[in-house]
Amino acid sequence: MSRTWRTADVVEARFETATARTIALQFPDPVSSIGGQHVDIRLTAPDGYTAVRSYSVAGTLPPTGLEITVEELEDGEVSPYLVRDLTVGDQVEMRGPVGGWFVWQPSDTSPVQLIGGGSGVVPLMAMVRSHRAAGSTVPMQLLYSVRGPSSVIYRGELEKLEASSPPLPVEYVYTREAPAGDPVGRLSPATLMPRILPPAADPAVFICGATGFVEAVAAWLVEAGYTEGRIKTERYGGTGDGS
Amino acid sequence: MGIISSGFRGRRNKDQPGLPPGQYLTESFPVLSAGPTPRIDTAEWEFQLTTEAGQVHSWSWDDFQNLPQEEFTVDIHCVTSWSKFGTRWKGVSLDTFFQDVDTSHPYTMFSSYGGYTTNLPMEDILNGKAWIVHQFDGEDLQPAHGGPARLLVPHLYFWKSAKWVRGLRMMERNDPGFWETNGYNLHGDPWLEERYW
Repeated sequence: MSRTWRTADVVEARFETATARTIALQFPDPVSSIGGQHVDIRLTAPDGYTAVRSYSVAGTLPPTGLEITVEELEDGEVSPYLVRDLTVGDQVEMRGPVGGWFVWQPSDTSPVQLIGGGSGVVPLMAMVRSHRAAGSTVPMQLLYSVRGPSSVIYRGELEKLEASSPPLPVEYVYTREAPAGDPVGRLSPATLMPRILPPAADPAVFICGATGFVEAVAAWLVEAGYTEGRIKTERYGGTGDGS
Repeated sequence: MGIISSGFRGRRNKDQPGLPPGQYLTESFPVLSAGPTPRIDTAEWEFQLTTEAGQVHSWSWDDFQNLPQEEFTVDIHCVTSWSKFGTRWKGVSLDTFFQDVDTSHPYTMFSSYGGYTTNLPMEDILNGKAWIVHQFDGEDLQPAHGGPARLLVPHLYFWKSAKWVRGLRMMERNDPGFWETNGYNLHGDPWLEERYW
């Protein structure tokens, strides 16, 4: 099933930040996705030239839709088109969703710590949404490292989730520019540890972001005594490949 | 032909010879893995080959370094669609490891420090098709890229080139490894686009 290409209608496209856009896709048939999975999107130019890229699913629109959120990459081949040019009413082709590792299942019973850097928050948001949709009572919280307030993807929805009952705890780390009163600076073990579920809670940990971010955070967690086998990682543009 | 995106032009580096279908070229070397990067001391490193009879052949880091070394340049192809041309490696051919090994099983399961596994048929790792490498581009292989040593099977998608490799065992059947039980193809030939189940 996941090998075949399906045609999707673009039914909505909205900017999350100046460079990230959420695209809602609808299919003729039901589509389902587990939080954390990705899809391949294929674009075909008028002369038949095609390009394929993988994007994390941001959420589902049951029964026949799902959303992806695409960050425009400087010098990218596909992402500038998806963020700037694609419009409602267009069609694209999709393969997937796929992935059985970097995923959160509503049947999972352990506490969950999500740690995202930049657009690495996208697959984590799919887990958050799945957690909410399932009415899961498992503790789940998010630590989100961003350049500044204007780079926060899903800002409004995260604020609502923080204020809801039970709340989804969200901690922001601002690396370049912060709202008044918040510190600015790269994440470090000293700023990270007090803001996430402790090792004693033995949380399932999902980390997604740029390679340097993921490498550093995963190493700190292992050093701090988190169970190595319960830390799952994914990099930008990556689909969880073992390479 | 698929759905046309009239405003999409793309880069069109696809017609390059050597680029498998659905791939694009990158100059960088993306890092992808499933969990924390293990730190392995070469003083404790060991590579073990276990046969169906339970016989274990093992090599210490020094043993490994003293085996005949090959330097070679190959193209690599990741299932996430990037390909990188002309990567330069140094390591030991799997043929060398199998020289004194008595086995008739047609499949292998490689395992890594950190718990990763991947399955490979013998026909994909012998006859100069696969290596255990410890240098990339003239430098010791960095932990994030699988150092101190990784498997390299360049004619298959790169998830088959297990990082932090620690050994393999012979298998009678082609049982799936880690990614192969998590949605990825049992074989992984980029020219046949064997990406997913």
